Amino acid sequence: MKVTEKDVAYVADLANLELTDQERAGMLRDLNSIFEYIERLSELDTSDVTPMAQVSDRYGVDKTKQGSARFSYASREDILEGLRKSLPREEALANAPDADEDFFKVPKVIER
Amino acid sequence: MDLKSLTIDAARTAVQERKTTALALAEAHYARIKQEDRQIGAFLTLSKERALEQADRIDRMAAEGKTLPPLGGVPVGIKDVMSTRGVRTTAGSKILEKYIPAYDCTAVARLEEAGAVVLGKTNCDEFAMGSSNENSAYHPVRNPRDLSRVPGGSSGGSAAAVAADMAVVALGSDTGGSIRQPASFCGVVGLMPTYGRVSRYGLIAFASSLDHIGPLAKTVKDAAIVLRTIAGRDPMDSTSADIPVPDYVAEIEKPVPGMKLGVAKEYFGEGLDDDVRQAVETAIDKLKGLGCEIVPVSLPHTPYAIPTYYLIATAEASSNLARYDGVRYGHRAPGVKTLSEMYRRSRDEGFGAEVKRRIMLGTYALSAGYYDAYYVKAQKVRTLLTRDFDEAFTKVDAIVTPTSPTAAFRLGEKSNDPLAMYLADIYTVTADLAGIPGISVSCGETKEQLPMGLQILGKHFDEATILQVANAYEQG
Repeated sequence: MKVTEKDVAYVADLANLELTDQERAGMLRDLNSIFEYIERLSELDTSDVTPMAQVSDRYGVDKTKQGSARFSYASREDILEGLRKSLPREEALANAPDADEDFFKVPKVIER
Repeated sequence: MDLKSLTIDAARTAVQERKTTALALAEAHYARIKQEDRQIGAFLTLSKERALEQADRIDRMAAEGKTLPPLGGVPVGIKDVMSTRGVRTTAGSKILEKYIPAYDCTAVARLEEAGAVVLGKTNCDEFAMGSSNENSAYHPVRNPRDLSRVPGGSSGGSAAAVAADMAVVALGSDTGGSIRQPASFCGVVGLMPTYGRVSRYGLIAFASSLDHIGPLAKTVKDAAIVLRTIAGRDPMDSTSADIPVPDYVAEIEKPVPGMKLGVAKEYFGEGLDDDVRQAVETAIDKLKGLGCEIVPVSLPHTPYAIPTYYLIATAEASSNLARYDGVRYGHRAPGVKTLSEMYRRSRDEGFGAEVKRRIMLGTYALSAGYYDAYYVKAQKVRTLLTRDFDEAFTKVDAIVTPTSPTAAFRLGEKSNDPLAMYLADIYTVTADLAGIPGISVSCGETKEQLPMGLQILGKHFDEATILQVANAYEQG
């Protein structure tokens, strides 16, 4: 398997990165070298192994239940002003690169 | 004032007994920072106003004769990946250069409730991605023991701040070794708790299933005091475990004779520097002399840990870092005309080279056609790596290894070879993947007088045992 220029362009697009020509060339070199190293995982037969997504799968879970019900220890009521009060609007907008009094502002999305 | 020997208890007691004040302690540390940090570069932002306000509160308590909380008046540093209300938090990235959080990270809030005085935010690799601190978008950190060398990473600023007496203790974060490896390079103690032991609320996410907060300290006891303070269930982090927090400070005093320590040959193979090998073998002999039984164990999947780590960590990072879009906070490129152009240019300008590399790597591993071959494959190997530890821990109480294959390397030595840099984490990443706790304690110096680290790994939620062994080693 080899990462191609086309792959780099495609993945950059997915990741919302533009990248300069120089960056793309570097990325091509680095990704190939890293994936070559990663290839060693294919030496392992994992056909009967369960994937591990979370360490929390290993403690606190109710193994008699299915799906998210297993994590009932972490559940709580869905309440509007619960664990932390919602931020006042001006505080929530304080870090915005562009905002008016009520909203975050972005370039126009819908073309007429 | 001798800052070198100043531990948590020494500082707190001095303030309690009015031999000094919290204010004077904070000022002494700021003076030290002013004098030393121009060369070292451990701090990115100082939070003087907040520190002095807290110091004043503690001093008033002491003056009124009230018993101070466990960290009353103790000056601390906080890695700049932890949110601090009203104090700039950059994660070492240009994309967050002007970001001022509206809330506090739980670990920081708990430290402050326990009386700690937050001096400021410590430098780190951008979004904690790095092993040398050279990936900070602001400036590198230099190792206080040798300014031509790196302090390790990504919590390099926290390790250097403690090593150079610019803070009594500091908080760091560990995703692949980022607390333990810099602790080893700078000659301090670094503790990564079990995944879920300490809340991640307010920690700027790198890889959510691997991120841990923990202390860097001058002594094992100080690490235990900090852990006792920050550990425990937090409703704001659903992965924080509802498991009682023991009194780690009392636990560390328990005797070690009879304790079984595992030594895995996989951690002593190719790439391990001779000085480090010798120092760790000497340390193991010392533990044996203290009454521990040394038992050979095998962790056969160890050679697969780095590739597994770099798939899982980057996949999670590519998802976590999608939030930096220039809309609600963070850098927005000027003069953009469309939304798509705004996302791309803001991210292009805001992220550094290593962060882009990892986003690309992770996005690739998650993309259609590769998801099963890479991401799911890595999750399966993660299971195998965890089983290795489960198996070993049926025979032993803890496992001792080197923290890093070498002592601190020179600035620039590995910065053009990402793979060589990734291999600096070869002995630390597996614990992050398995979610088990690990501690690094200093175990001597190389011929060039550079510190090295002994790593002690433990069972899930058994920080008490590794702290106990580390303390016995340190005191013995």
